[in-house]
Amino acid sequence: MTQAFRIENGGLINRDKKLSFKFNGKTYLGYEGDTLASALLANGVHLVGRSFKYHRPRGFFGAGVDEPYAVVQLFRNGETEPNIKATEQELFEGLEAKSVNCWPSVNFDIGAINNFLRIFLPAGFYYKTFMWPKSFWYRIYEPFIRKAAGLGVASTKHDKERYEHKYEYCDLLIAGSGPSGLAGAYAAAKNGAKVILAEDKPRFGGSLLTSDVNIGNQSGKDWAEGIIAELKTMPNVVVKNRSQIFGYYDHNMLVMSEKVSDHLPSTKKYHPNKRLWYIRAKEVLISSGSIERPIVFGNNDTPGVMLSSAAKEYLKVYGVLVGRKPLVFTNNDSGYETAIEFKKHGVNPVVLDSRKNPESEIIDEAKNLGINIKNSYVVVAAQGYKKVKSADIASISEDKKQLGKIENIQCDCICVSGFWTPTIHLASQSGNKTKFKEEIDAFVPGQSKQNETTLGAANGVFSLEETLKTSFTAGSELSKKITENDNKIAIPNVVEKKSSQHDKFWCVPLPKGKNYKRFLDFQNDVAVSDVEIALREGYRSIEHVKRYTTLGMATDQGKTSNLNGLQLVSEIENKVVPAVGHTTFRPPYTPVSIGAIVGREVGKHSRPTRKSPMHSWHEKNNAVFVDAGVWLRPRYYRRGNENLFEGSKREAKNVRTNVGVCDVTTLGKIDIKGPDAAELLNRVYTNAWLKLPVGKARYGVMLREDGIVMDDGTTTRISENHYHMTTTTAQAANVLSHLEYYLQLVWPELNVNVVSTTEQWAGAAIAGPKSRDLLQKLFPNSDVSNEGLPFMGYMEGDLFGVKARIYRISFSGELAYEVNVESDYGNFMWEKIIEVGKEFNIQPYGTEALSTLRIEMGHVAGSELDGRTIPFDNALEGLVSKKKDFIGKRSLQRSAFIAEDRQRIVGVVPLDKQTSIPEGSHLVKDDKAPLPNPKLGHISASCWSVEYDNPFSLAILKDGKNMIGQKLFAMSPLKNKVIPVEIVSSHYVDPKGERVRS
Amino acid sequence: MLHINCPHCGMRSQNEFSYGGDASVKRPELNKEVSDQDWDNFVYNRKSLRGKHLELWQHISGCRQWIKVERDTATHEIFRTFKADEEVA
Ligand SMILES: [Zn+2]
Repeated sequence: MTQAFRIENGGLINRDKKLSFKFNGKTYLGYEGDTLASALLANGVHLVGRSFKYHRPRGFFGAGVDEPYAVVQLFRNGETEPNIKATEQELFEGLEAKSVNCWPSVNFDIGAINNFLRIFLPAGFYYKTFMWPKSFWYRIYEPFIRKAAGLGVASTKHDKERYEHKYEYCDLLIAGSGPSGLAGAYAAAKNGAKVILAEDKPRFGGSLLTSDVNIGNQSGKDWAEGIIAELKTMPNVVVKNRSQIFGYYDHNMLVMSEKVSDHLPSTKKYHPNKRLWYIRAKEVLISSGSIERPIVFGNNDTPGVMLSSAAKEYLKVYGVLVGRKPLVFTNNDSGYETAIEFKKHGVNPVVLDSRKNPESEIIDEAKNLGINIKNSYVVVAAQGYKKVKSADIASISEDKKQLGKIENIQCDCICVSGFWTPTIHLASQSGNKTKFKEEIDAFVPGQSKQNETTLGAANGVFSLEETLKTSFTAGSELSKKITENDNKIAIPNVVEKKSSQHDKFWCVPLPKGKNYKRFLDFQNDVAVSDVEIALREGYRSIEHVKRYTTLGMATDQGKTSNLNGLQLVSEIENKVVPAVGHTTFRPPYTPVSIGAIVGREVGKHSRPTRKSPMHSWHEKNNAVFVDAGVWLRPRYYRRGNENLFEGSKREAKNVRTNVGVCDVTTLGKIDIKGPDAAELLNRVYTNAWLKLPVGKARYGVMLREDGIVMDDGTTTRISENHYHMTTTTAQAANVLSHLEYYLQLVWPELNVNVVSTTEQWAGAAIAGPKSRDLLQKLFPNSDVSNEGLPFMGYMEGDLFGVKARIYRISFSGELAYEVNVESDYGNFMWEKIIEVGKEFNIQPYGTEALSTLRIEMGHVAGSELDGRTIPFDNALEGLVSKKKDFIGKRSLQRSAFIAEDRQRIVGVVPLDKQTSIPEGSHLVKDDKAPLPNPKLGHISASCWSVEYDNPFSLAILKDGKNMIGQKLFAMSPLKNKVIPVEIVSSHYVDPKGERVRS
Repeated sequence: MLHINCPHCGMRSQNEFSYGGDASVKRPELNKEVSDQDWDNFVYNRKSLRGKHLELWQHISGCRQWIKVERDTATHEIFRTFKADEEVA
């Protein structure tokens, strides 16, 4: 394919580097520096897709972020991405793209029948039609709509690309590198401010790339290049292209998406695909420019109808003619600039100007070039289905109500200019209440809400001279406040052509007997008639009209449609535009990849992984790991072909008969020091703490103020004013915050300090009847006899030269000890225990065996302390002091908590002694009762009792105290099980607790 | 994301803090009779104000201090911040 619409010379593309690419299966050539859109247009391809609702042919309407419909599915390096704007996607060698919204192909689209049936698809059609019957919605309507109305297909594969997040602080953040952005950045940079200048396009300069102006005796483009080159050399300035600031959030936090690799055939090694910047700026300069506004006329969505500024950009930046017989339709002078560019390249445009007799320098130039200009003329309708072939045009009366005789003229594109709409999205997102500026028929930012200043065209200032003056001044003044430097900058002289007043005309009336679709919102297929219907049906608020018609929704966010929609509503409602108001501009300004938002927090990186110092030993010894909060803990150590059930049973049995060792490093540990430490514990825990002697541990339960159990654990008095608290793995962080809350805010008079020491200590629980024999061998110089180290005793010991803390505490219910050493010695300790323990048949045990042991002992854990139970429910009321006050005590008097039939922990055994009861099963009296079957309680934890060799569960049961001996049913609809059970004591093994004291 | 001036550390982003609710709530003193009504108000009842609100935040990923923050719940504007023991005038 030749690039038939590429001009010989000119443009900013690199003609030395040809690139080959595919669109809808066909191969084309373009140049480095092209966008997919400009390369397709160079090859004469205008048809790129089908519209959202009616499946009408769609071409290119803009040349950048303003593009409402040239959205494609992109294929790059074996990956696919939907929702890519062809006008923003830079061309690379081997690029492949496909049209969306059409099936089976863009040229023959079955959905286009909607276009001929469009009388049935007016505003609110979906709401009205697909309401009934409900079942049809899921089976028929929704799948159909989804297939017919998608904007591409998301990949279901794992995304191989990497995305980064970056946090940055700066003095001035500047959004947009047009004249105002450059001037503001330059002035601020010269004052030594830390500046970030962001440009969403690959090239800096904004409108200076296409406008015919002079700044300081150079062309606008050359001036921009000089400024950028100088800014890049300054250490206090960061200049970023391909970077879109898409959101303005609270406290001057802006978020920017930098496309690092999208313009390359594949991402470079070690590079991210995109980088998301969170920027906290002291001051923000919004220099986001303006977007040309369409004029509404019949069939204005036909491929070949586009913004006149886009046509000019394709020509000046990419060297591409969007047509050879252009028709320019304008209500202001901008259309003439485009016509002049065409003329300069040997193409003869026809200009239709809705104004009667406009005069300006630009118009004079057009006249001198011999351009055919028709005043008081409009395009009534474009003709042609997949491409503009001609236009129906007519003269129009001064009141813009009456059309003259309709003529048809040949043309291959229609370049429209309905004046300019400032891009106020960022200012509006910051909370700025915008105001309507009558002279330009558009909203501009009002009083600054955060530290934002809007400059240039974004502020409704369309004169270059004034833009530069205000922007240099703003950059200087704002940076001076921050850096206290005041380097004066001479504002360069500007040569620009003066424009005449635009015409407040935006919509061509329908000729008699014609009902052409006149589109307002090209992306969402919203026509003038749709808004008329919405208003006729009683929708008044612009926000409601938006939802009902979908005007200004989705990824476009009304960039080109917003103001014309408002004009229409205000006209029908006979209100002025500011009274109608505009809908809320929401971030993101343009679509942002989910990958960029998620960043590196995917898969294993979605949260931290914590490992104990003994982790590699566990790995080497076939541990099967389980997530415990953010920790990885061995669930069991697999031997041969054992499964979880067999392995955990073996391990638990070995604890009951010999000795086992379990890694308990994950337990939360808090160091508590100070003369009032005992008093703090006494207030935090439900039981008494003032008389705990040095060298003793005590089990404690702490409540929230609402009486619910928050956590449990043991606390040991290490020395006079020093305590060591343990918490459950899950609650460690919350308990520390809880203690800090009371110490800092409620009882600041207590002289106590708390600090987390979870990571400072490695812990090993040694449990089983032979544990003392093992401990004696580990600490030959310590007296670890029942008298020397009684139950709940504490001592320090010497573990082959390593200082160790020994606690005689037990979770398994067996004679047991916990040994702690500093983390770095954790592995040493563990290996010593295994080595010395060999003669006692020691086996490591994991969390599954640990659970089995505690469940059959009736010791509560997280599944019972689930944020819904009080001490009584867990049979812990013996630990609730009647004498002293403590956190949450007052709540225990609430009537539900003292009810006679209050829920309570019980043991549950299946009658057949065979069937394991699924955790979460409901306990009911009658398994045949009609649903909903009244629930008496639930199974909180289940195990296979190694003591009795049958299943055993714990349950929280209503009136549990009086239910021992009762027969009930455990029902699990999830597992489809109904199991007859007997209620027994929760203390299934060693109810008197003799073993721990042996 | 809010920008909170920790009176101990300086300006830090919101993701270093955790929210702690209404700072004007006073815990009833220990070992004192408390009516059901007063206790319920302390444990459960909050005003959920629109506008200026004195609230608690903890600088969990920083100095771990609980601080008081005077914030507008509608606009997120932060007027002042205080140390835990600082009088709010
Ligand atoms: Zn702090």
